[in-house]
Amino acid sequence: MILRLAPPLIVTLLVGPILAGLVMAVLPAFGYLPALGGTEFSLAPWRELFAQPGLMRSVAVSFTSGLVTTLISLAVVLLFLAGASGSRLDRWIRRMVSPLLSIPHAAAAFGLAFLIAPSGLISRLVSPGVTGWERPPDALIVQDPWGLSLMAGLVIKEIPFLLLMSLAALPQLDPERRVAMARSLGYRPTIAWLKVVMPALYPLIRLPVYAVIAYATSVVDVALILGPTLPPTLSVSILTWFHDPDLTRRFMASAGAVLQLGVTAAALATWWCLECLVSRLGSHWVARGGRRRGELSLRLAGKGLILLATLTAFVGIASLALNSIAGFWRFPEALPQGFTASHWLRALPNLSGPVASTIIIATAATLIALALALAALENEQRTGRHPAQGRLLSALGLLYLPLIVPQIAFLFGLVVVMESLGTRPQHALVIFGHLLFVLPYVFLSLSEAYRRFDPRWSQLALSLGASRNAAFWRVRLPMLLAPMLTACAVGLAVSIGQYLPTQLLGAGRVPTVTTEAVSLAAGGNRRVIGVWALVQASLPLVGFIIAVGLPRLLWSNRRGMRGAP
Amino acid sequence: MPIRPLAAALALLPLSLHAAPDPADWEAVLDEARGQTVYWNAWAGEERINDYIQWAGRQVAERFDIELVHVKLGDTAEAVSRVLAEKQAGNHERGNVDLIWINGENFATMKANDLLFGPWSEQAPHYPLTDPENTPAVRYDWTIPVDGLELPWSSSQVVFYYDTALVEEHPRSMPELLDWARENPGDFTYARVPNFLGNAFITQALLELADDTERFYAPVEDADFEAATAPLWEFLDALHPHLWRSGRAFPANSAELRRLMGDGEISIGLSFSTTEASGAIANFELPDTVRSYVHDGGMIGNMSFLAIPYNAQHKAGAMVVADFLLSPEAQAEKQDPVVWGSNTVLSLETLNEADRARFEDIDLGIATLSPDELGTVLGQPHPSWVDALEAAWQARYVGN
Amino acid sequence: MNDRHHLVLKDIHIALDGVTLLALDAEVGPGEVLTVMGPSGSGKSTLLAYLAGFLAPAFQASGRALLDDQDITALPAERRGIGLLFQDPLLFPHLSVGGNLRFGMPRATPDKAERVEAALAQIGLSGFGQRDPATLSGGQKSRVALMRLLLSEPCAVLLDEPFSKLDTHLRHEIRQLVFDRLRAAGLPSLLVTHDREDAEDAGGRVIELSH
Repeated sequence: MILRLAPPLIVTLLVGPILAGLVMAVLPAFGYLPALGGTEFSLAPWRELFAQPGLMRSVAVSFTSGLVTTLISLAVVLLFLAGASGSRLDRWIRRMVSPLLSIPHAAAAFGLAFLIAPSGLISRLVSPGVTGWERPPDALIVQDPWGLSLMAGLVIKEIPFLLLMSLAALPQLDPERRVAMARSLGYRPTIAWLKVVMPALYPLIRLPVYAVIAYATSVVDVALILGPTLPPTLSVSILTWFHDPDLTRRFMASAGAVLQLGVTAAALATWWCLECLVSRLGSHWVARGGRRRGELSLRLAGKGLILLATLTAFVGIASLALNSIAGFWRFPEALPQGFTASHWLRALPNLSGPVASTIIIATAATLIALALALAALENEQRTGRHPAQGRLLSALGLLYLPLIVPQIAFLFGLVVVMESLGTRPQHALVIFGHLLFVLPYVFLSLSEAYRRFDPRWSQLALSLGASRNAAFWRVRLPMLLAPMLTACAVGLAVSIGQYLPTQLLGAGRVPTVTTEAVSLAAGGNRRVIGVWALVQASLPLVGFIIAVGLPRLLWSNRRGMRGAP
Repeated sequence: MPIRPLAAALALLPLSLHAAPDPADWEAVLDEARGQTVYWNAWAGEERINDYIQWAGRQVAERFDIELVHVKLGDTAEAVSRVLAEKQAGNHERGNVDLIWINGENFATMKANDLLFGPWSEQAPHYPLTDPENTPAVRYDWTIPVDGLELPWSSSQVVFYYDTALVEEHPRSMPELLDWARENPGDFTYARVPNFLGNAFITQALLELADDTERFYAPVEDADFEAATAPLWEFLDALHPHLWRSGRAFPANSAELRRLMGDGEISIGLSFSTTEASGAIANFELPDTVRSYVHDGGMIGNMSFLAIPYNAQHKAGAMVVADFLLSPEAQAEKQDPVVWGSNTVLSLETLNEADRARFEDIDLGIATLSPDELGTVLGQPHPSWVDALEAAWQARYVGN
Repeated sequence: MNDRHHLVLKDIHIALDGVTLLALDAEVGPGEVLTVMGPSGSGKSTLLAYLAGFLAPAFQASGRALLDDQDITALPAERRGIGLLFQDPLLFPHLSVGGNLRFGMPRATPDKAERVEAALAQIGLSGFGQRDPATLSGGQKSRVALMRLLLSEPCAVLLDEPFSKLDTHLRHEIRQLVFDRLRAAGLPSLLVTHDREDAEDAGGRVIELSH
């Protein structure tokens, strides 16, 4: 009976806070905020908003960076999958997906910034030998006005996300057989994949793609580090207005939050139109019968680009590690003039508290999410109601709501709602806030394995006289241990990376490694950032290592469990 | 907002029996503070600052049985936002912010919106050591009367720093800086407005370039903004093409500016802390060839303060912590560049010999100017000027 | 345990979207094997799912299945007392061989360890209790699956083409073993298959489903 409550509970948990938060953003956007003397509705906040210098440019950068990021990431992932032949390199890239995914956005952005800046690592490596530069060139690369470095930073992080989602969806399409079929008709493998697998794969990863668009149009932390500054992206502007000492700017900031919602929606709508266009042109391309042209260049492009993105992320992190032990490091030296442990020694005493609360919050949010997701999935199995039967849009769509509604649009409102409910900021509230974002990811990464799990195992257990609960605890759960742990690792990584929800719902009183890292980032000391970014990146990695290692350890004597069902 | 009168009344019952502490009876304040946890919201972009706050936490725990928690902010306005959100939600008694490190616009905003507790600061035992009678900077925060709503904590002055390995002779005024920038394009920049260091630079230029600075200390409404700021815009329009990245991007704050200096991207920078260069050299962030300098006409300086929100839950504890931070011991620790290097607000003449010795023994570091070298301190204009300058700067240089 | 079980299928009628899949009326006595034959798509597996209690809600079924005179159609799967043998042995990969055998034993069974050992001995796998099922050969797995079924003490057995995936030389041997054991246990069994040899070895009545 309790299981039946899981789906409505999940929907309430996810949708309630978002709607409440949005309402509290919309009211001030139209002038209603009694605490600040706004008791009448008006359009004044909007007039003020549109009078802001550079607003249109902010909007344009947010909008285009969202679409371009998604387009590039998706193209790279699809080309890689199309050209993948199961070679050693391909397998290595696939294996790099999880650790890459676990690197928090902010840490990856710091790494990239240090890599490509005019005084960055690449420039140092080729100077003065190749370039003759004794001083860094005065070139606007990081924080360029067009948001190109911002897009690059986002692409590096969105590629692994889309790749993981695609890899999870692919098995149900049986791509090998489809490609073999097409090849027997004379198609080269990469072209074959693009023509017979991709059209079937895209609908399965459409929602993750939408999540990427929404994220890229509204991201805050990456935009702070890599995004343009005069003006910044819309989301960063909103944050600045919300934090402006002039409290009347709150009205305008709320209007900005609503505008952000509109920008994200517009980007999604544009993408949807593009989808229609591509599917129309694409079906023509598929049917035209071209079999060979472009095979090699497509294959090389896919492999080369994904390799570039992967290596950039790892070299960036490695250079942060180097910074964290660097003494003074004058340009154009390729290495620091000396090494020192003092940055680490200075940070260590301050690490334990934030690390502990990070772990507590991430673990609690993940376990709650796991329990809810399992309950909902088990309920689905027992009632035999598969989401494919009619309710796909409602159930799955709502699950994605927290990933598609920009955080900045509803979190400030949510803080006010929580305040008026008398909820004190504390760990529990932060855990609740994290649950909004952890639950969808846990559910999505677990549902595939759960739904594909051979129903005969449970039928067998029941026919052997085990009750439904016993079949769940003694058969389904242990056999699904590996995907469950992976889902947990994803949940942990999502929770660890959260900045805005932690900072706002915790009233800054709940320090995690991410809030510490971002507040120290305000200080721009690359050595300190190096220390904290490494800690921030290594915590989720521990989760992934456990997720991979624990089943191997537990099932060291069970060969049949190693392939994981 | 949903209101549940009964529950609200019950929740307020024990607290309403419990009036706000009376700063006139300091013994009672100390008694009440015992065992309290004080949430101090302070900007946390510098590890040295955070370490100092940790030190202060250990001291108040030992001496007054107070637990001090540093709520780390990227921007002080976050704390202002939080108090506002609480007021909005009707939380008038159990606010989460007990103490804020604050000054200038944030103070002006909180004062204007009745978000501060007080007056209390003039009754703090260490307050007289700042010699308020003879130090207007203690009584006026950016020309706004303090009125006992905040306690002075830190004094800062803008200084320039330059790399002696790259710059032969540093400029001594804004016009000289412009000439220097023309000859060394891309080698100087300032922090992005409205960051406080960016505001400080344009305010400094405003004061230096104007014939008459009197009007900047009254609200902007009383003056002709266009005419008063014309020399400033002329100067900035001329300067920007020669800045780092040709003025198309600016570093976010003092720390990013410092990093550009450490990476050799620029060779002159500026800071709101006279000891920043020395501290950064010790911390491997800047080469040891960096030195500080000031302009001949004096440099902008101001004080920062400690304030208590009207709805703070632990007002007594916050007062005790603030007063401890003003003690000669805590102030001397703070001034040591090895620890932090932030100047004291105490007037050394008011101190006894032992306390004075604490300050005189501090080694200020190789790149720090001595008090006489720092020259004249220019007062901070009225906040409304800074607001207007911010807006005008944005309109002029953003999004073109 | 009553060794004289019998299974009665009365006017079983299963339809999908109003189209009749199959209709059946039959009686299976103790130790008897009823074979249901038909091409794929003729509804054989649907019949088993219905009897075992796993019929998907999309199907409409009517009629009654009586096991020892008790109507089981309304009972949940785990209370029907019907055991299953699938095409694959489906030994739980996370349990040992012994763990697999113990899984189905009623909770109150005394001397579980002895029974497991005795069962293993009967199929020539003495001392295999601690082994990882993945290390067994195909024939060994099938035998363990059979013993697991018997140890769960069902009152009737459904066989879903249990020999179709076995090598030819094994198929005959395992088939003999399974039918002998079921007969010895006096269990009424229902076999669905499309292999005529299965039907012949089973030796009972054969019902042909057409489509």
